Amino acid sequence: MKKPLSKLATGYTGIVLLFLYVPIVIMIVFSFNSTKSRSHWTGFSLRWYHQLFNNEEILRALMATLTVAAVSAVVATLLGTLAAIGIQGMRRRSKSATLNFTYIPIVSPEIILGVSLMLLFVLFNFKFGMLTLILAHITFNLPYVILCVMPKLRQVDKYIFEAALDLGCTAKKAFIKVILPEIMPGIITGFLMSLTFSLDDFNVSYFVSGDKFQTLPILIYSMTRRRISPEINALSTIIFVVVLLILIAVNLKDIRKMPAKKEVRRSAKQN
Amino acid sequence: MKTKAAATPYLLWSVLFIVIPFALVAVFALHDADGNFTLRNFVDSVGYAPVIFNSIWLAMIATAICLVVAYPLAYIISRYAPRRQGTMIMLIVLPMWINFLLRTYAWMTLLENNGLLNQFFGFFGLGPFSMINTEGAVVLGMVYNYLPFMLLPIYSVIVKFDNSLLEAAGDLGAGPLYVMRRVIIPLSLPGITTGITMVFVPSVSTFVISRMLGGGSFMLIGDIIEMEFLGNAYNPYLGSAISMVLMAIILVCMALTDIFRDTEEKEGLLL
Amino acid sequence: MQNNILISLRDIFVQFDDDIILDGINLDIRDKEFVTLLGPSGCGKTTTLRIIGGFVNPTEGNIFFDGKNINGVPPYKRQVNTVFQRYALFPHLNVYENVEFGLKISNVPKEERKKRIKEMLELVNLKGFELRRIAQLSGGQQQRVAIARALVNHPRVLLLDEPLGALDLKLRKEMQIELKRIQQQMNITFLYVTHDQEEALTMSDRVIVMNAGKILQDGSPTDIYNEPVNAFVADFIGESNILEGIMHEDFVVEVCGKVLPCVDKGFGKNQPVDVVIRPEDWDIGKPEDSQFVGVVESTVFKGVHFENIVDIGVEKLMVHTTQQHNPGSRIGLSVIPEYIHIMNKMDEDESFALTALEADSIPIDEDELEDYTSPEFE
Repeated sequence: MKKPLSKLATGYTGIVLLFLYVPIVIMIVFSFNSTKSRSHWTGFSLRWYHQLFNNEEILRALMATLTVAAVSAVVATLLGTLAAIGIQGMRRRSKSATLNFTYIPIVSPEIILGVSLMLLFVLFNFKFGMLTLILAHITFNLPYVILCVMPKLRQVDKYIFEAALDLGCTAKKAFIKVILPEIMPGIITGFLMSLTFSLDDFNVSYFVSGDKFQTLPILIYSMTRRRISPEINALSTIIFVVVLLILIAVNLKDIRKMPAKKEVRRSAKQN
Repeated sequence: MKTKAAATPYLLWSVLFIVIPFALVAVFALHDADGNFTLRNFVDSVGYAPVIFNSIWLAMIATAICLVVAYPLAYIISRYAPRRQGTMIMLIVLPMWINFLLRTYAWMTLLENNGLLNQFFGFFGLGPFSMINTEGAVVLGMVYNYLPFMLLPIYSVIVKFDNSLLEAAGDLGAGPLYVMRRVIIPLSLPGITTGITMVFVPSVSTFVISRMLGGGSFMLIGDIIEMEFLGNAYNPYLGSAISMVLMAIILVCMALTDIFRDTEEKEGLLL
Repeated sequence: MQNNILISLRDIFVQFDDDIILDGINLDIRDKEFVTLLGPSGCGKTTTLRIIGGFVNPTEGNIFFDGKNINGVPPYKRQVNTVFQRYALFPHLNVYENVEFGLKISNVPKEERKKRIKEMLELVNLKGFELRRIAQLSGGQQQRVAIARALVNHPRVLLLDEPLGALDLKLRKEMQIELKRIQQQMNITFLYVTHDQEEALTMSDRVIVMNAGKILQDGSPTDIYNEPVNAFVADFIGESNILEGIMHEDFVVEVCGKVLPCVDKGFGKNQPVDVVIRPEDWDIGKPEDSQFVGVVESTVFKGVHFENIVDIGVEKLMVHTTQQHNPGSRIGLSVIPEYIHIMNKMDEDESFALTALEADSIPIDEDELEDYTSPEFE
């Protein structure tokens, strides 16, 4: 009785995955098409990749995206980590109030975050461009950093800070030597999340970038408006492959770590 | 330790870039171009009622489809061996690493009148169907982009289920359907409500998907807001009023899912 | 050798918000002494320790270390080290690095660090564990690392905050003996906090019984056991029969309707008192030759003795016997004057504190909360 059910399950999973991947696979295939056609295969070529790498506009947008993402992720990580530490030190009521407040940018639609920031920048005469983008990106990244660091802070044994003081550390030294290593994984996750969201963001950036400064998603949007631009396929393919390689690398590392973890658990049991 | 102070920069930042901008939206919504107080903008928004209802309607359909598709899949994945679960989740998440503009663009090329899907149907002597620039295409785009947002929260709740709980229910004489209805679904409600919010909010506020797959033939709330702020219709006052309407819709949606969750949780306890 | 006072607490008050945690503590701790602060959860013993460690500043009062006032001196400048309740080992460092931590901070040269860590790990029987991760250690081993990490800095005083609380009974007994050995070998002061009276009596040179932010009694383990100052201490220190009594005159007390000779004096005529008679101090005899006659209500074998509840009509007494007495049998009970211990009744403050404690409702700060949630309340 179990067999047909599990076959059904596998089939269902397969269909959903097909739905998710068919567009991507087709996009990848047609990135190697020799003509502009998006529906007729006319032969293999690397033409669009050539054009992509010779397209000044795209390369400039890529640089802009990377700069905005790097700067905003670093600032958001610093501010967010500090904020998490501060929030952790609050009394229960102000702590939960602050955390609820932190959720606002996460649950609000991005378009509203975008237009509200746009109004702010217009009203205070900010020049739209890299600065406004970075400010906006820091704003939507901050909550994610806080939410990544908070759980790690909560897990830290509150007495290890005192233990470090007891063993001769000043408060600052104790934080760096003892607390920071413990919450580092959360900080790194927060940083990577910020970086990803920032690289990927369109909805907020669109409203605060102005006409001159383009990040990659904004450029892609304007290219899709022109409808026919096979370089986009080439670009997507490259991004997809890079992400795939990164994820595989990360997973392989995890897999290699796993036996080590088991070892630890085993010896812990023996003692 | 007075660590509370560490949150100060973040709190200042939030006031500057969240509180003040959101307040500005409210202020703009209540004023005209000459700076006089008015309710006119809200009165004018009523003219967009059909668009607003249509947006809600399409977002609801997309959310419902996501739920129906994602729930069984989440359940199936949660029954796999841990290693396979990891791979499956990675496969689901992987497409999200490609910018959603590119993913939507891929569908554009698939759905076109002489696109690949129509070629495929033509092979069987069917069609051509006009699929692009329809409401169906927009819903499809929403489902495609936001399906993982429904799947992941549901999965993360289901996977924590204690297997013995289900066995206990079975042991007490409950049939599989009864177990599903009275045990599994009530217990996975927190995941479902999170998923609903995570799909509904971006769906109801999108302006990219409707523009790319709807071809500008009909508009959603997001398109109107975008037009009022960046388009030819430039009128940030009206745009702000509509933004507030959008925010109200989302708050109502969240309140509804909250009520739903609360009552169901109570029922779950009575079980 | 034991006369020079190392730590003095003078009129220490600690208040968090509206809750008084310590209420006028005066305490001297001599050099090389093993002193235990004993009391129930929330009595202020951990706070007292944390004041000496420098983690809590008293609202009022002074702390002297070696004659110098150390109010407000931060922990890292004090010559004391702490073994924390749940060890607070650094999870990202291995055993060696944990022990090395304090030495590195105070810039001890590498060669000397090596030597001292080696000695210390030998002292706590952890030779060969240098490279283990903390997560790989058992509770007992973690505890030893925590002790080594504190002692390697050669503190004048080691503060131990319920260090054995998380260990199982057998390990706890072993560690009690080992801690005493380490203290004698290192020849330094140990200030130990516990709620376990047996632990306190086994290891200490001196026991300080605390309740509700006050010191109730300060004395040697035998003093505390034999001469508890009031019903609270008697009750806390061991299983006792605490009976209402009236002092007729010096050396004569009325308990449970019987007038008995005793060895205490100095109470007022006809003053109500509390009378303690330990369960093991009763003599069993024939009913007709005894001071009290009662019926055995229940009897439980406890390994070395039987624990009986004997109903003498006005009271139920706990009586330890070496022979078994079946429930329902009538026995006679007597007690010699030396074993009758007379105490002043607790003043109202203290009895209020006792009832409040029993009601589990003492208002408490977070620091004491740790104390409060420790296993003793389970």
